[in-house]
Amino acid sequence: MNNHVFTHLDALESESIHIMREVAAECKNPALLFSGGKDSIVMLRLAEKAFRPCKFPFPLVHIDTEHNFPEVIATRDKLASDLGERLIVRSLEASINRGSIVIKNPDLPRNPYQSVTLLETIEEFGFDACMGGARRDEEKARAKERIFSFRDEFGQWDPKNQRPELWDIYNTRVHPGENIRVFPISNWTELDIWQYIGRENLEIPCIYYAHEREVIRRGNSVIPVSDLVQPKPGEKVEVLSVRFRTVGDVTCTAPVESTAGTVEEIIAETATTRITERGATRMDDQTSDASMELRKKEGYF
Amino acid sequence: MNSNMQLLRFITAGSVDDGKSTLIGRLLHDSKSIFEDQFSAISKTSEKRGMAAVDLSLLTDGLQAEREQGITIDVAYRYFATPKRKFIIGDTPGHEQYTRNMVTAASTANLVVILIDARRGVLVQTRRHSYLASLVGIPHIVLAVNKMDMVDYSEARYNEICTEYLAFAAQLGLHNVTCVPLSALVGDMLVDRGDNLNWYQGPTLMELLENVEIDHDVNTTDFRFPVQWVCRPQTGEYHDFRGFMGRIEAGEVSVGDEVTVLPSGRTSTVKEIVTFDGNLQTAYAPQSITLRLDDEIDISRGDMFVKKDAMPDVEKEFEAMLCWLSETPLDKSRKYLVKHTTRTAKCVFSSIDYRVDVNTLEQHAEPVVNMNDIAHVKLKVQQPLVIDHYQRNRASGSFIVIDEATNNTVAAGMIC
Repeated sequence: MNNHVFTHLDALESESIHIMREVAAECKNPALLFSGGKDSIVMLRLAEKAFRPCKFPFPLVHIDTEHNFPEVIATRDKLASDLGERLIVRSLEASINRGSIVIKNPDLPRNPYQSVTLLETIEEFGFDACMGGARRDEEKARAKERIFSFRDEFGQWDPKNQRPELWDIYNTRVHPGENIRVFPISNWTELDIWQYIGRENLEIPCIYYAHEREVIRRGNSVIPVSDLVQPKPGEKVEVLSVRFRTVGDVTCTAPVESTAGTVEEIIAETATTRITERGATRMDDQTSDASMELRKKEGYF
Repeated sequence: MNSNMQLLRFITAGSVDDGKSTLIGRLLHDSKSIFEDQFSAISKTSEKRGMAAVDLSLLTDGLQAEREQGITIDVAYRYFATPKRKFIIGDTPGHEQYTRNMVTAASTANLVVILIDARRGVLVQTRRHSYLASLVGIPHIVLAVNKMDMVDYSEARYNEICTEYLAFAAQLGLHNVTCVPLSALVGDMLVDRGDNLNWYQGPTLMELLENVEIDHDVNTTDFRFPVQWVCRPQTGEYHDFRGFMGRIEAGEVSVGDEVTVLPSGRTSTVKEIVTFDGNLQTAYAPQSITLRLDDEIDISRGDMFVKKDAMPDVEKEFEAMLCWLSETPLDKSRKYLVKHTTRTAKCVFSSIDYRVDVNTLEQHAEPVVNMNDIAHVKLKVQQPLVIDHYQRNRASGSFIVIDEATNNTVAAGMIC
């Protein structure tokens, strides 16, 4: 390749751009799921690389649990507005009011219910393809998921009945009422994401960087104190230097102890960390070895 | 951590008995790519199953169903990195769906590690894996002679196996073959050299993976640029902007190059190579770019830019090797869809010439093509496709077949 060094980030980026353009060209009404988290911020940059100087040929969609970190929501709104792209927000609250979600304890994690609002939103707008920022290195069930992941009329994923995916020729065809989830960054790892954030100088919510925060220790995790999480009797509130590796539901996203205040320091930590991203930070995935697989079958992305 | 590494995609071929899962587990473990929480989960499972040591093969188990059945269902992808390279492993199972899964995983691979049990030598399945590797055109082959600990680390036994295999590989036209002796169980010659194979002077498996030259795995000479999407912002400063977006699948292109657009055959000159990070003078496969031309000619998705010095064929009829992926057999009386680069067209199979027995490599003149069959066929397509021989150019020589009734992908095709 004459003088041109094509790095792993170049290879991953080109693959993701190619996937997004296939979606835009072949799907009638696609959407890009955008939460304001680091993976979806990388997705936005990839969409810019794929389509500028055109506008994105799809809206951004956020399924809001209303259990989010305010810093993340602020970044979400700022990035969408800076880019001049359309952002659609649908909240779990609306599904709860409608009665399609029944919540027994309002303080418990809401991730399991996101699927309901996502499917309702897909139906409301008639989306036939939703691009998401999931990665195969996140979780065992994801390791086997296709880049173009076909869902039936109920939004369900059947791991035994997936379309074989050969070369980079993607089968995007669906019958009316069915849809596909597309994961353009399937082949990226957590480290690739951080290296790319560094290379592209991307703006991400400040809570990804080390900061002092009031936390409680529960089991092996440190839990951030918030309106929704208060110390139980006997629990001690500590102030620690922490950062978040993922930013999900406030009630079940644990930070890691860290003093990494720059992307370079985070890359150095990520390269040597001995715990997976979800293992360290997602308490809802630790309930069973197969909990992600069960959620995906129900329509979770 | 180096952010200027290359990316290598590889697969492993072999049955559970050859120690394939153990080999992958060992590569991940010895390169320190296993996380503590993953390790503690498989430690618990190993203990529950009454095993004395941690079973590294459990790392590549994935879905609940296969954990219950104790088998691997599908292709799973694993990721790890060393300071030199980032790796993607396509992990394929070894049961009867093998052909379909291996072809799927092989289609994107730079390299295949073919595993042999040193006690058993070259088997029918070794021939099958090697034939599929040659069919799908995997650029690099590593023959890993595993379980050397079970044959007293015998150099003579290793040489015997390599000689037999290389003779067979040459018949298939496989030339990029490297052999390595190892023990996945003990850990000899994977990441560490160990103390048991001192007679072997070549690289460890990891050194092979880290150093194999992959720059020429894509065709670097015959420019191929299938148009994915036409960008026309029609606003403000971009009022007259018309850009053709896509990925260079082979070769390179520079500003000022004369290009031909197929199938129309019209020519123009490249005015600009646009990217989000600024315009380029020259772009190479596999970069995703936007091309602008000197003059307005009618171009849409499915068209392909090429250069006169390396013209592909434009055909409505061609021959191909087909790997049938669907439980429903090929039906010659039906119409299917072919998706080739960015163009999708209706097709019929005008003849099924022969089927290849992947175990004996014999050709059988049978008119039936079932799941996992490899067959030589002739196709007629409704509109002309811009094609190359698969062995010359993977990207413009490959296609998938879609059943319009179910929308399933039913076959993978390689143009010959």
